[in-house]
Amino acid sequence: MTLLYSEVEEELRAAVRAVLADRCPPAAVLARAESEPYDPSLWKTLAVEIGVAGLLVPEEHGGAGATASEAAVVLEELGRGVAPVPFFTSSVLATYALVRAGETGAGEEVGGLLGRLAEGRATAALVVPFAASPYRPWPVRGGVAEAGEQLSGSVADGEARPSGSVADGEARPSGSVADDGARLSGSVAGVAGADVADVLVVPVPGPDGTAVLYAVDRAAAAVEAAPSLDLTRPVATVTLDGAPAVRLGVVDLAEVLRFGAGLLASEQLGVAEWCLETTLAYVKDRRQFARPVGSFQAVKHRLADLWLDVVRARAVARAAVSPSDEARPDPVAVAVAQAWNGGVAVHVAEEALQLHGGIGMTWEHPVHLFLKRAKADEIALGTPGDHREALASLADVPGPVPVSFAE
Amino acid sequence: MEEARLRELAAEFRARHDPGGDRLEFLRARFDAGLAWVWYPEGLGGLGLAPELQRVVDEELAGTPQIDVGLQGIGLGMAAPTILAFGTEEQKRRFLRPLWTGEEIWCQLFSEPGAGSDLATLATRAVRDGDEWVVDGQKVWTSGAHHARWAILVARTDPGVPKHRGLTYFVCDMHAPGVEVRPLRQITGEAEFNEVFMTGVRLPDDLRLGQVGDGWRVAQTTLMNERVAIGGARVRRGGGMLGPVLDTWREHPELRTHDLHQRLLALWVEAEVTRLSGDRLREQLAAGQPGPEGSGMKLSFARLNQAISGLEVELRRDLGYDDWTFRRSDTVDFYGRGAGYRYLRAKGNSIEGGTSEILRNIIAERVLGLPAEPRVDKDVPWKDLPR
Repeated sequence: MTLLYSEVEEELRAAVRAVLADRCPPAAVLARAESEPYDPSLWKTLAVEIGVAGLLVPEEHGGAGATASEAAVVLEELGRGVAPVPFFTSSVLATYALVRAGETGAGEEVGGLLGRLAEGRATAALVVPFAASPYRPWPVRGGVAEAGEQLSGSVADGEARPSGSVADGEARPSGSVADDGARLSGSVAGVAGADVADVLVVPVPGPDGTAVLYAVDRAAAAVEAAPSLDLTRPVATVTLDGAPAVRLGVVDLAEVLRFGAGLLASEQLGVAEWCLETTLAYVKDRRQFARPVGSFQAVKHRLADLWLDVVRARAVARAAVSPSDEARPDPVAVAVAQAWNGGVAVHVAEEALQLHGGIGMTWEHPVHLFLKRAKADEIALGTPGDHREALASLADVPGPVPVSFAE
Repeated sequence: MEEARLRELAAEFRARHDPGGDRLEFLRARFDAGLAWVWYPEGLGGLGLAPELQRVVDEELAGTPQIDVGLQGIGLGMAAPTILAFGTEEQKRRFLRPLWTGEEIWCQLFSEPGAGSDLATLATRAVRDGDEWVVDGQKVWTSGAHHARWAILVARTDPGVPKHRGLTYFVCDMHAPGVEVRPLRQITGEAEFNEVFMTGVRLPDDLRLGQVGDGWRVAQTTLMNERVAIGGARVRRGGGMLGPVLDTWREHPELRTHDLHQRLLALWVEAEVTRLSGDRLREQLAAGQPGPEGSGMKLSFARLNQAISGLEVELRRDLGYDDWTFRRSDTVDFYGRGAGYRYLRAKGNSIEGGTSEILRNIIAERVLGLPAEPRVDKDVPWKDLPR
């Protein structure tokens, strides 16, 4: 295992950083955040010219067949710029699901789709709530449905509910499969990247806890973006009403989400790095009491602690994407990375805002874009608390035995 | 030299020397074969190799007589790298071999009652008298001085210049007349540290390390190595201070609570990320890309040790303490004895070898490039500083 960056990774980083420096300064991201957050022209450059869209696509399907470790370096850079491009949602999360599905199912369908993604001719989104975690991959309904009860897709309390068969209190999109293909119905809220996707990759519960993956054309679905905490990666509700779908294969949805969570740690590292560097530059420049505010020990010590948090976030982000024997994400490494980096990115962004003083609270200063991304990322693919909880069994630190005080 | 060749060399050495024979003979021979610390130069116990190759020798010579890294910690971790960097050829040849074999134990005469974080303001005087120096002063927090044959010493040789410029670095003979070692009892009940009083101690000039007036620069080498020595050790996942608390946690389900569970998981995570950054740091060093990351390791180490050992006491709900009897400790041991001892001893981790506050200043100024606080002591001769 190495926790360092390879030469190839440093070259990739330099290429992405150069494009972002030129095309994606924070002011430009901010300017478009409220109208059209995503930047299709920037994405075309990154996807096609730099080739980031095909990094995780196997060579046989026209991709680069690169490792998670290389994709992670791209995420660090995109995090540093809160770059409004669908790399994480399409080229990481959806692509990984497709690659895994392709190993089990309709190889031709998957291959063709991966080829289009790799060439940057299409983008995809995995239709799961972005807040789903590897430990609870399917959306949980706050209902009291009995096991086996059939729910309809009706609106009961002003809230749209997915239709589907409820087996254990969890609502899932249902799929009705016909001989000539499939039609899907259901609704999933909080999906990231769906609003810019051409193809929706929809997991439907299959046998033995697996997920059957379907492709649905974006035009066959209703995608409704709502105001989102993260301005640069908004979430949307995807509703399918008998939408034609193509069966792609079977995946372990928890593993797909775990892979995403491991890579997200690198985006969180990038967000934290930008916040730290920008704050350092600010406190060296900003003068109060006839001194740079960065010369006050109360400020310096906080920055030293933040630096140490970020140094450790880098080691753990690398560990989470370090190639393991089976090229599968290592559950302990991913849980540790998310338990740490999720909180670090938020903490550094919050401290950045505070140490900027008044200007940090304004809309015109970009620090809020990073805070919003950090806070959304903290929830995405499992909160730090979810990942710590998972470590109770992964690392053999079991919880307390239930005790009754009622006797 | 590649790994395979070194492995062969170590295996050959093992075949030629009886590990069951005289311990000291074995260690001396190992030093002379260059298998003591392979990154040191040939003739001084090493082979001029990359430090990470030491692992190969350690593997091959497992089960043979070993040095006592606890007792010899200051010699190995601080005195040796300083002697290597600043010593004359004669000094290196004289001191390094018995230092490594443990025939001669070292201690460190740096901190004083009036000079802790502000080490450069120290007041122990060394006055030249022909070919000798006469040393007078008091040092404190001197681990292992009661075992030591030699000490690394920083003393003031010129009070008339600003404080950083008037210091000189010496090797002090702990057996010289005028050196008095008194135990200093700590909050754990035992005395790992000492006060050392020096009255008219005469040191020959050939015990000077580096130039007269260059002591601060020489001391920086020692201090940097000290911070790596404290907190730089490789640990396994769930090891170090976590080890005993995890054992108790697993063996005593009845002691677990939800609150402790949440805190323990958070500390487990922090210990793991700290362990990984230590691994990454060592990889950087091995690849010849030393980064500033090392400055933070002792800071993390101290915080974690304190938080984990505090949690352990709380988990055990044990209101006792193993033993308050005043005694001198043979070695520095952060993890030994009972939970109460570990908790109390860990309090020293954020003080010894640079307080956590000083380390944050160092990170802020040297790594992050933040401006220094305005200072009143920089350009003033030491003798004129307000006291």
